[in-house]
Amino acid sequence: MTKFKQEDVWIFNPERECMTIEERRKLQLKRLKKVVKYAYENVEFYRNLYDEAGVKPEDIQTLEDIQKLPFITKDDLRKTYPFDMQAAPKDDWIEVHSTSGTTGIPTVAAYTRKDIDIWGECVARGLASLGVHKNDIVNVAYGFGLFTGGHGAQYGAQKIGALAVPMSSGNTQKQMNFLKDFPADFLCCTPSYALYLAESFEKAGIDPKSIPLKGGLYGAEMWTEEIRQKLEKKFDISAQNIYGLTEVIGPGVSTECHIKDGMHIAEDHFYPEIINPETLEVLPDGEHGEIVFTSLTKTGMPVIRYRTKDLTSLNHEKCECGRTTVRMSRITGRSDDMLKVKGVIVFPKQVEEVIMSMDELSPAYLIKVSRPGLMDVIEVFVEIDQANFSDSMTDLETLKQIIAHKLKDAIGIAVKVTLAEPYSLPRSEGKAVRVIDERNFD
Amino acid sequence: MALKQVSIFLENKQGRLWKSLNILKKENIDIRALSIADTSDFGILRMIVSDPAKAREALENEKFAVSLAEVLAIEVDDQPGGLEAALNLLNENNINVEYIYAFVEKKTSKALVVLRTENNDEALTLLKDNGFSVIEDEAYTI
Repeated sequence: MTKFKQEDVWIFNPERECMTIEERRKLQLKRLKKVVKYAYENVEFYRNLYDEAGVKPEDIQTLEDIQKLPFITKDDLRKTYPFDMQAAPKDDWIEVHSTSGTTGIPTVAAYTRKDIDIWGECVARGLASLGVHKNDIVNVAYGFGLFTGGHGAQYGAQKIGALAVPMSSGNTQKQMNFLKDFPADFLCCTPSYALYLAESFEKAGIDPKSIPLKGGLYGAEMWTEEIRQKLEKKFDISAQNIYGLTEVIGPGVSTECHIKDGMHIAEDHFYPEIINPETLEVLPDGEHGEIVFTSLTKTGMPVIRYRTKDLTSLNHEKCECGRTTVRMSRITGRSDDMLKVKGVIVFPKQVEEVIMSMDELSPAYLIKVSRPGLMDVIEVFVEIDQANFSDSMTDLETLKQIIAHKLKDAIGIAVKVTLAEPYSLPRSEGKAVRVIDERNFD
Repeated sequence: MALKQVSIFLENKQGRLWKSLNILKKENIDIRALSIADTSDFGILRMIVSDPAKAREALENEKFAVSLAEVLAIEVDDQPGGLEAALNLLNENNINVEYIYAFVEKKTSKALVVLRTENNDEALTLLKDNGFSVIEDEAYTI
């Protein structure tokens, strides 16, 4: 019935994806020893970090010994901006990607040719499990540029030998035309943009089912089972999840197979651990916590025990699809206050800085994120200051516009501003509720 | 002379308008004229009351955002074209009216309206010079 055919799915690298757990652990240990030594010898940051912690690369004798190494965080990557975390000589860098840096200093990662190769394979594994073959057309509607989404999907499609169409984001009419006319077999983009495309087809009087699309690899934001079902129903496709982050390599760190029971981590390249974000204790399979990654093969910017702040759990049981790689559940939240709205990273602190800079407002504010239809909406409530209240409607509307402009400059996306009465928002004493996220990711 | 109007910022939430009026009631303050300008999420309640300073203090104590704006109150003939004549005069002199609303009560056969213009002083002189009766402090106690 569906255009997606289960017999089309395949395993890109059976040798690596289906190896026994013992074999894989052996491979992981070998690679872990190597990357720790490599980072220690080539990156001053790791050398100082491990010296201070009194640990040497030789101390890694088992996979569990990884727990002797300190964690690293986004702050460490910022402190080493732009290139002090790079281990490979500059000569070997061939590409650079970066986070948006809306919170201040962006996180920059340089890739060697080998890194690009690994990255492409990781995404290719996900595309293969969606049924992408050499003769297929894959439209990539993630943004291209410093953002990893677009390039990652393109390298993955090209690794398979499929035709990658670098649509990038926006220009919905053209996206629709190319999906229909080329026609595209697969689509890579954020799930909310895929839904928006479905709606745009419907508005144009075209049933999205009628376009030849067979599947989609969706990611770069949190989404739910309900959105999956909606996408699969509307387009009559298989919608599968892809996860990743720039600091680790980009999308493809883990990808979902057609069984859709967790995302398979490319474990031979990225070693995962789940920790309790408060106690930092490593948690067993099935327990929910923050996922920590160690890149086992990356040469440009290796990361060792990088705390992602993403909350999930691991499952080592063998999957029906035949892969033996560990699966991680959907991301259900963050262990810090970071929000992802329309794929853009937002920290409440950025909003706070804007509010604090304006005399017309009191320092209290509230951020509400919701998804009333298909797209995220971010609304910021601010208080009118008693001493600075102007009774002119024009002044108040102008004030709203100024705040909206400043917030957009600060966080990069459009914000709905709502003026509230003095003292009506929660105050900052103790643990004030600054963010209400009404989107449901459970 | 311009009148002091009490303006209150109100969120578009149930009970807020009542709350502001309840405060005035407790302070024994009379409302002479009133209007509300509203948008989807907030409104401004504008009033001529018997004691603007006292009203402001009481409302601010209850955490409302309040300001006292200067407005004009004039008498116009309570018949077709009465208000139009006053606005025509302002229009011909390029004075923009920001808002306008009417008094609850009437003193005579005339109607009383509150006006806020871009240039209240000029409007005041102009209206007076052209025979309009401008209501001054007695507006608070009509």
